[in-house]
Amino acid sequence: MRYWFPYPLLSLALLMLWLLINQSFSPGQIVLGSVLGIAFAWAMVNLQPDKTRLKNFGVLAVLAGHVAIDVVRSNIAVMAVILRAGKRPVNSGFVAIDISLRDENALALLACILTATPGTAWLEFDRQTGVLLIHVLDLENGAAWSDLIKRRYETPLKEIFE
Amino acid sequence: MNHLTDLPAWAAIPVCILLLLGSVITLVGSMGLIRLKTFYGRLHAPTLGASAGTILICVASMITFAVLQNRWILHEILIIVFIILTTPVTLMLLGQSALYRDRIEGKNDVPGKTTGEQPDTSGMDI
Amino acid sequence: MNELFIIWSILASQIVLGLAMGCALFRMVRGPRAQDRILGLDALYINAMLLLLTFGIRTANSIYFEAALIIALLGFVSSIAFAKFLMRGEVIE
Repeated sequence: MRYWFPYPLLSLALLMLWLLINQSFSPGQIVLGSVLGIAFAWAMVNLQPDKTRLKNFGVLAVLAGHVAIDVVRSNIAVMAVILRAGKRPVNSGFVAIDISLRDENALALLACILTATPGTAWLEFDRQTGVLLIHVLDLENGAAWSDLIKRRYETPLKEIFE
Repeated sequence: MNHLTDLPAWAAIPVCILLLLGSVITLVGSMGLIRLKTFYGRLHAPTLGASAGTILICVASMITFAVLQNRWILHEILIIVFIILTTPVTLMLLGQSALYRDRIEGKNDVPGKTTGEQPDTSGMDI
Repeated sequence: MNELFIIWSILASQIVLGLAMGCALFRMVRGPRAQDRILGLDALYINAMLLLLTFGIRTANSIYFEAALIIALLGFVSSIAFAKFLMRGEVIE
């Protein structure tokens, strides 16, 4: 089973993509999409990505909810900062955070979350020391930010991936 | 205008609100490119148009076509997914290369390398 | 009344998106350093994609959607190539 369908989630996502592009749910399109999805999953085997298994789907759902809330909130905050930028100097700065996450895919997801949220931008991760450097647009104190990221994102990511 | 007059009021009002809101948020994001003073500050600005602006305008387009053609139109979701997946990657790489260049030129307002070796970018290779 | 309202609001949002493109273009032309210009280009193509979507709503023509989808898919490749170029001085290693 695992041999024939190496990446079931990827195949499923490709099938959905195919059906959305063609805008039809006719049996022919479903068969074609499934064939393409499975064939591309085989091609993916040759790229040898890191194997990770998602463990905790409940935590994943909670994390997705948190991210959605944070994106909306920081959208509003960044808009306020930009509109006030003429009158008040922007108080931005770099924050270095020690994180203990090592799984490649978890780090990639963390990077996407941090960069997709306006107000924080991922700059660099040092693999030897585990120091992550981010830039924060509206910085009050660095310790609070590093605490927030560790508690809100890193802990659930560890539960999901490791 | 021809077809837009077919749009009933209950669909037209949300479409107008979503369109105006989405475009204004995008404008604020692009204004940030001008008003913020440092490059790292400006790095945050396009995310605004990419996340909120794209979602709102795509939802408006979805509602319009769904009501006009009287069936579910979902393919704008693809644009939302692609933009949300790709923008962070671009900005991440851009921030990284800006940091690298600033360090090479010896600017002192950027934090130095923690290990003191040559800057290594193997962590985020695409 | 109703149709007038929606036509005006589409026009207004197109003008606003055009202004946003102007802001991004300003940063692309002025930008003190190369990374600023790339950032401006990145914002410019996202704004252009949104403008295409509003044209699609205005004319009810799905060809605009196809164009927007292609920009959304492939626009970021150029930005990534530029960013790579800044970092290493070459695009393909």
